[in-house]
Amino acid sequence: MAVVQQILFFITLVVAFFFIWKRVARIKSNIQLGKQTPLTGETSQRWRNVLLIAFGQKKMFKKIIPAFLHFWIYAGFLIINLEVLEFILDGLLGTHRLFAPPLGGLYPILMNFFEFLAVAVLISCVIFLFRRNILRIKRFWSAEMTSWPRLDGNLILIIEVTLMLAILTMNASDQLLQSRDEHYAQTGRLFFSSFLMPLFDGLSTSALIALERFTWWFHIIGILGFALYVTYSKHLHIFLAFPNTYFSKLEPMGHINNMPVVTTEVKSMLGLATSETPTEAPGRFGAKDVNDLSRVNLMAAYACTECGRCTAECPANLTGKKLSPRKIMMDTRDRMEEVGKSIASGGPGLQDGKSLLGDYITKEEINACTSCNACVEACPVLINPLEIILEMRRYVAMEESGSPAQWNVMFQNIETNFAPWKFPSSDRFNWADELKSKS
Amino acid sequence: MSENYTVPTMAEMAAKNEAPEILFWVGCAGSFDDRYKKVTRAFVKILNTVGIKFAVLGPEESCTGDPARRAGNEFLFQMQAMSNITVLNGYNIKKIVTACPHCFNTIKNEYPELGGNYEMIHHSTFLQQLINEGRIKMKEGGTFKGKKITYHDSCYLGRANGVYEAPRKVLESLDADLVEMKRSRSKGLCCGGGGAQMWKEPEKGNKDINVERTEDALQTGATTVAVACPFCMTMMSDGVKNKEKENKVQVKDLAELIAESQGL
Repeated sequence: MAVVQQILFFITLVVAFFFIWKRVARIKSNIQLGKQTPLTGETSQRWRNVLLIAFGQKKMFKKIIPAFLHFWIYAGFLIINLEVLEFILDGLLGTHRLFAPPLGGLYPILMNFFEFLAVAVLISCVIFLFRRNILRIKRFWSAEMTSWPRLDGNLILIIEVTLMLAILTMNASDQLLQSRDEHYAQTGRLFFSSFLMPLFDGLSTSALIALERFTWWFHIIGILGFALYVTYSKHLHIFLAFPNTYFSKLEPMGHINNMPVVTTEVKSMLGLATSETPTEAPGRFGAKDVNDLSRVNLMAAYACTECGRCTAECPANLTGKKLSPRKIMMDTRDRMEEVGKSIASGGPGLQDGKSLLGDYITKEEINACTSCNACVEACPVLINPLEIILEMRRYVAMEESGSPAQWNVMFQNIETNFAPWKFPSSDRFNWADELKSKS
Repeated sequence: MSENYTVPTMAEMAAKNEAPEILFWVGCAGSFDDRYKKVTRAFVKILNTVGIKFAVLGPEESCTGDPARRAGNEFLFQMQAMSNITVLNGYNIKKIVTACPHCFNTIKNEYPELGGNYEMIHHSTFLQQLINEGRIKMKEGGTFKGKKITYHDSCYLGRANGVYEAPRKVLESLDADLVEMKRSRSKGLCCGGGGAQMWKEPEKGNKDINVERTEDALQTGATTVAVACPFCMTMMSDGVKNKEKENKVQVKDLAELIAESQGL
């Protein structure tokens, strides 16, 4: 019986890792559709961001209630997963609570701590479900939160609640078995799950064994299944938030990335010496599709967990415009998935006649942006939707000459009068006349 | 006023083989927009009174390219940037002060990559320094004593460059009652004028951004809305007019308020 379980467990593990590995490879190749951009700035600053903002959750704490609840889930995820190591080893070796004998008195302490976290995660998830569905917090119900994103958010919370209930039930049945069968290592009293013991006390030993085995399998298959689900879900932020904070922009938020290709051309137009000689054709100016964006932008789309803090702060969105920074990230991700899927099945990929700008994101959306950086400031994991918006504006302006008519007038004014307004440049210094005439 | 105000240009200074302490970058709004020209003049009066050796580029100044870049026209931006850098480097400019956060941001953050490296100071920081150094002497209980002033953060000063405190320190020196809007500092709401929106009608929505922001300002009960940016000035002034409060609430730049308090 035990051997059968070991073999089954091994097969489960192999199957799960195969599917997870396939998804990871797909996500990697999707991100690699993007352009490689040089990393500038101090590496130490990048690690600081990882530590403070990803590990330390610094920016989450701008909203104290969700930050507190999220912290328990985050800590639970990091720490309870240590127990998964024991699960996997037990499963493979056919042992039960492998770490209990060597850890001795430490084991019950650890188990109690894990249980405390499990309860904290459970309560936090229930409150989050309440906030999403009963309180209906506005940012979870805006236009881009269609049925799938809403279901995704709820599923994650429900799965986590179920997994935590499984672990507590398992511990409760395990404790009952400890007094009936010496195969079960003594863990001492586990505080939280012991409250569940009266529920199962009347069960026969064989029923208890079945319950313990069922919850054990349920938990480990649940975790493996969840890990696979996460790769299809907004929940991928649990992994990608870390690299995202590392690769995020270090310049002041007001800085817009330079286009060296343009610099070379402008310098030669002005007859200025250039050190760089144009080595390759400039390619497309700005971004029309996902392959025109940087890999950092694309990874950010996978790191987005659709919390909507960006959209909740966006002045355009707040005043009823179509622009939503969260939608920019969601669309980027959806388009990447579409292209990746097409390529994997031998389809046309990027040449499918569709593009990110046009089929997913409209000009009306990108034209509404005030570049105020409220979305960038709001993002707890340093995602920058503004970069994508500006790259698309570059495409529209330089490849299509399709900017709003009033912007084209502004461009003309700058070209002819060196000011965005239609004033002759000879009048530029007239403001001083009044001051001078007083003297 | 009987005082003599001078506005030397770089060309004049260079001809006399002199170098200014600072270059005052006026910006297009400061040069052409009737409302913001008043801010330019107020700042020049302060510079004159304090005795700062400054110069302007005058007719040699040209748009930094900020709106072109933000609207996506990178060619036009870089053309503007390169020609400005050529002028600035030609005069060997080291230190620039401007009253426009957009010019400030562009020259400070975006010109270095194109060969323009200058110490860039926004006039709010510059005014704060002058007050700290005692070069602008603030009188106790001046005209602003007890008056409610609220400060509207410019995105390009605040979030974009982390300048939140200098404008507030300047206002505090007026002995006024500085009140904060519900959204301020890093959470400050844009006036709606950034990202080249200043030059086009807003996209379809249910409200104009400047009206939304003006409501924040009016909620504070302040009679003066202090701004530090020409676009914020236009947007907030229009917002106050939209709310028909222009007789009760004034929109003023920091330099104007300081000049007023000095009787300039």
